[in-house]
Amino acid sequence: MLAYILRRLLYSIPILIGVNLITFSLFFIVNTPDNIARMQLGVKNVTPAAIEKWKSNHGYDKPLLYNKNNQGMSAFTNTIFYDKSVRLFVFDFGASDEGRDISHDIQQRMWPSLAIAIPSLLVGLLVNITLAMLLAFFRGTYIDISGVIAGILLISISALFYIIGGQYIMSKLWHLVPISGYSEGVSGFKFLILPVIIAVVAGIGSGTRWYRTIFLEEINKDYVRTARAKGLSEVSVLFRHILQNAMIPILTGVVVIIPLLFMGSLLTESFFGIPGLGSYTIDAIHAQDFAIVRAMVFLGSVLYIIGLILTDISYTLVDPRIRLS
Amino acid sequence: MNVIETGISWWQVKPDVLWTDWLIYALLVVIAIFVNHARQHEHLRAPWRLILRRRLAMASCIILLAFATIGLLDSIHFRQAVEQRSDGTFRYDNESVSLFDQIVLPLKNNTEKTYSAPFAVRLYAKENIETADGSMYRDYPRLKYAGAHLGEDINRQGEDIKVRVITALWQAALVIVAIIILLAAWRGIKRSQGFSQSLTSMIFGHGTIPWKTVIATLAFIVLIISLSLQLATVYHVFGTDKVGQDVFYLTLKSIRTGLVIGTLTTLVMLPFAIMLGIMAGYFRGWVDDVIQYIYTTLSSIPSVLLIVAAVLMIQVVIDNNPDAFSTLQQRADVKLLALCFILGITSWTGLCRLLRGESLKLRESDYIQAAQAFGVSNLKIITRHILPNVMHIVLILVVLDFSGLVLAEAVLSYVGVGVDPSMISWGNMINGARLEMAREPIVWWSLMAAFIFMLLLVLTANLFADAVRDAFDPRLRNS
Repeated sequence: MLAYILRRLLYSIPILIGVNLITFSLFFIVNTPDNIARMQLGVKNVTPAAIEKWKSNHGYDKPLLYNKNNQGMSAFTNTIFYDKSVRLFVFDFGASDEGRDISHDIQQRMWPSLAIAIPSLLVGLLVNITLAMLLAFFRGTYIDISGVIAGILLISISALFYIIGGQYIMSKLWHLVPISGYSEGVSGFKFLILPVIIAVVAGIGSGTRWYRTIFLEEINKDYVRTARAKGLSEVSVLFRHILQNAMIPILTGVVVIIPLLFMGSLLTESFFGIPGLGSYTIDAIHAQDFAIVRAMVFLGSVLYIIGLILTDISYTLVDPRIRLS
Repeated sequence: MNVIETGISWWQVKPDVLWTDWLIYALLVVIAIFVNHARQHEHLRAPWRLILRRRLAMASCIILLAFATIGLLDSIHFRQAVEQRSDGTFRYDNESVSLFDQIVLPLKNNTEKTYSAPFAVRLYAKENIETADGSMYRDYPRLKYAGAHLGEDINRQGEDIKVRVITALWQAALVIVAIIILLAAWRGIKRSQGFSQSLTSMIFGHGTIPWKTVIATLAFIVLIISLSLQLATVYHVFGTDKVGQDVFYLTLKSIRTGLVIGTLTTLVMLPFAIMLGIMAGYFRGWVDDVIQYIYTTLSSIPSVLLIVAAVLMIQVVIDNNPDAFSTLQQRADVKLLALCFILGITSWTGLCRLLRGESLKLRESDYIQAAQAFGVSNLKIITRHILPNVMHIVLILVVLDFSGLVLAEAVLSYVGVGVDPSMISWGNMINGARLEMAREPIVWWSLMAAFIFMLLLVLTANLFADAVRDAFDPRLRNS
């Protein structure tokens, strides 16, 4: 087991190097630091001296890959590539273009993101599995067919409308919850209700649809026929046998997104003014702060790869037939 | 801009083909070749017949075709002559318009001062109005175009709308009857039946094509068109936006943007995905390793972040080269195309992975082993034997991806990495409407218009995609 995990970790290194190279070429070769400086300074203040000053302030004044003024190793280390890209591997994100410490910001901002993402995930799972089981129980009837069509209808609505509509109805018309905002501790609970509800409702369509197919795949299997043949009622077949077996694909499908919960949701957080990592990214996009975007791209990839490894491990934990090789 | 004053006829134009226009024409050619090919082969025709037999899929297909027609009319761009020089040559307008703009010219040109509600004859905000004797008072001023035909008699508006709706209903009924007669006649000739026999079997029969659904859907479309002809020409049926543009016009123009994103993204990524996917599965070995490495790396970057990074970079490139584009429209168009490419890069990995798996399976099959034993070249095996056998996967994924891409456009434009802000799109409409929600009284109409049209397009696309998947996926068909 340990050997397997180690091998998977080693295998993820070339992928992370690839991610790093892609972001590096996007941010520094497609766009030279001069372009970024010109962009940040605005049209009015562009003078060659101002560009040089901005670049040296932000550490962009070094050569890209190879510094011929230095000897030995420092010819490679005293470069933009080393400063801005290689350091990402030890999670040293450096300073944002505004001069703030990115690592510190990320540590502070991941908690609000989690406060929204974890309840959304858990409530969403509960609701989707319940609805999917209902549809599977009534399979082939009009309840099932109208449920499937309602699911397609729900998928067809843009996430933006769920958020705008939810805010309008719950906060502006009914005054049930505050329209946006965030605060720490128990008093912050009222701010979380609406984003979580909206995240759950917006996910019902795709989630229920997916879980329904999983349930229906299980329903056609032999052990279900055996269970029915020995006289179990349809309800106990559904709960005792199908649910347990269907949980394997459902849970392993969920595991991959667990690490990404840290990243938060771009839309939800920016609409509700939650100071998480999602709104951090959006603010960075609007302010054209490339250092933050670069850090988030790398962090997102790392978390995704961790998610994949966790998925593989969880397969072996829930299903002893799968051997790691 | 205004052609009437210059005295030059509106057809004195110079074609102005944008980049996305070229690609749309290319897409049409591809579809035409595909349809022609499918018509000649029974095994390809059968699944399509299966799709069109389903009522929901048939209705979706017709509505999608209506959307596509608007999108196509909106993709024929030209510049109008604005003035005739003394030597007989013409000077052309800087801004190019589309054929669709010409068709809905009143919608395009009837711009008011600022917001106005649907069917309103007065502006949303109060203004100082000067009366004939020079005194001032504050009131909601009359709109310049909406309800102008009513004159001073605004109270007649309810009556006027009623008359126009009834007229529209009559017109629609007449057109629909004409369509039914034409359809029945055409069907009668094709099957060498009598007209009445064809008509009764069409309406009461249980043939393969659900004619009742076809007629009902056509009736819906005709009704919408005739209602727009009656109402949208004299009122703003969806109100006006901040700068007074008709929201109905904006949402109709957004159709092209949505379709371009949904289709061209797939068009630009398909060659890569198909080629790399099949190569990885067929050749195996180091080719497989390299291709797998590429798509694992690309897919391990969360797609939103990759799109954000790439779009930000493209924006910097475009902003630093302002001279490359002669008009704002061309700039927005290139940005739209760039967005399609970027979305394509993030979405080809899924297809590539599936094609690799399928080719891995196919290369072990007997007929390909036989072809290899006969010494058929690899290229020929891939194009003759593997490609036709994976096309159903390609088709299913293309259709499934479409609606997701249309939805993605709205989200990305909201985030600020979508289409150019000057381009009319649902994302930009929603983005603008967000600020309007805070106004009192609330400005809800542009949001409503974007919602209705987007939902209609995405819903029909999803329903159609469902039918396509059921028909082409053999694993599902047998169960």
